[in-house]
Amino acid sequence: MTSIGTGYDLTNSVFSPDGRNFQVEYAVKAVENGGTSIGIRCKDGVVLACEKVITSKLLKAGANKRIATIDRHMGAVSSGLVPDGRHFTSRAREEAASWRKVYKSPITTADLAGRMGGYMQAYTLYSSVRPFGVTAIVAGWDSELELPVDGQVGSGPSIGSGGKAKDKKYGGPGLYMIEPSGIYWGYYGAATGKGRQTAKAEMEKLNLAEGKMSLLDGVKEAAKIIYVAHADNKDKEFELEMTWISNLEGPTKGRHQEVPKELLEDAEKLAKKALDGDDDDEEETKDENKPAEADKMEE
Amino acid sequence: MNHLPQSWGRPRDDIYGAYDHSYLQSNGPNQHTQSPIVTGTSVIALKFKDGVVIAADNLASYGSLARFTDVKRLRSFADSSIVGFGGDVSDMQYLDRLLSSLDTREAYCSSGHSLNAQNLHTYLAKVFYKRRSEFSPLWNQVLVAGLDAESKPFLASADLLGTTFSAPSLATGFGAHLAQPLLRKVAPDEDAVAKLSEEEAVQAVKESMKVLFYRDARSLDKYSIAVVTKAGIRLKEDEKLENQSWAFADKIRGYGTQVN
Repeated sequence: MTSIGTGYDLTNSVFSPDGRNFQVEYAVKAVENGGTSIGIRCKDGVVLACEKVITSKLLKAGANKRIATIDRHMGAVSSGLVPDGRHFTSRAREEAASWRKVYKSPITTADLAGRMGGYMQAYTLYSSVRPFGVTAIVAGWDSELELPVDGQVGSGPSIGSGGKAKDKKYGGPGLYMIEPSGIYWGYYGAATGKGRQTAKAEMEKLNLAEGKMSLLDGVKEAAKIIYVAHADNKDKEFELEMTWISNLEGPTKGRHQEVPKELLEDAEKLAKKALDGDDDDEEETKDENKPAEADKMEE
Repeated sequence: MNHLPQSWGRPRDDIYGAYDHSYLQSNGPNQHTQSPIVTGTSVIALKFKDGVVIAADNLASYGSLARFTDVKRLRSFADSSIVGFGGDVSDMQYLDRLLSSLDTREAYCSSGHSLNAQNLHTYLAKVFYKRRSEFSPLWNQVLVAGLDAESKPFLASADLLGTTFSAPSLATGFGAHLAQPLLRKVAPDEDAVAKLSEEEAVQAVKESMKVLFYRDARSLDKYSIAVVTKAGIRLKEDEKLENQSWAFADKIRGYGTQVN
């Protein structure tokens, strides 16, 4: 940022002569210092995980959750300024609820990401506000079955024209990451926060684009990635927080829930083990490591 | 002909007299729901030793017309409670959405515990009472079936006035007259409930549904039945009354074609 001090970074809604909005770039800096958050899109669900940095030993363990439920089928996690993340959550909940009020059906992950992208972008436009100091990852499962309209009492005529394309697949996992600029993309694996580079490198190895990763494997991988990524932030204590959303047949029946304690502890144990054994493994497998296939990751 | 546009399309005063505006008052007090429009009839429910069985038919009537015949009047909440709705169907839809949003809001805090049937009943009764106090009642009587805080079977009623009560067996609408005595015979008190098995309870409810279909002209032979226990909800929404016998019908005297 060679242009610091040129006066173009003093307010929002002002471009620098080379076409940059410095306030947004500073917001990205705030995100880069936050705890790592990741999301993995699996074939039968989505996992969210975050590295919650413990700021004080006086805080109750396991309290002050950082991954929030947006709607029954959707969750979000953010890295950066925690209060900005809270506001993001509450706005996302409002959006999801108002969608239900209007359309009488749950909002899709893509639609929520769109709404929130627009909302965050609006905070880059005006001099009276500052951009969000968070990058948020939104994960959801859009029902693969035809859902009844909220409050629907009957199924209507059993004969008629219908209107559904045959053999078309509906619903599925959704994973989106929204940045302070308001930009958002759909991902197979998303990472943000301090350890994002490491986390991205790890996720690229998983070949998520093939769509073969199961949710249970995803949980284990997510735990591992958070532990690996924590190496960048080693001097601080942290708690691993994980939530998931499975398909309708899966363990959460399409709902966003915390990963059960036993499963979380198992995944954590595996992650620690992988981390300990990492130094020896890496030497042996170095030559075999093929360049990982691009996972349609941004950057 | 009157050439003034404001009188076009209206009955002519010289033939029909001046228009009676008393039917369309723009001043005067605000009036909300005066009566239900599309209605569901009885809901019946019976406690047994491990849970509650609840049933309602799949009909929504428009006056005396059997208008909608696949209406689900048993609504599940948080996979642990069932609310059975009698009365206005659109108000039922409103309440169903309200409960759905309540469920979503409950999920925001991941405290791990969810609202049980007792909490749900209290909430519904407060909603009813608030709305009747606003002179805009939700025209329903509901039965809430599930488990209470101690995981014991819970069954209670709330209605459009905000009135609440609880009993081993409950019924709304016509069922309060026709089914309630039959259910009371099976489970007169809590002691009897503690001895009642699920099969017996389901049997008693099914028999009562049959009697209601015989006698209630706003009922249907297709119904929904749910059993709520600690294990969860088993909800069947496409049941049909079995082993009907209309042998009693030709002995009925006093109305219809058999005047005496």
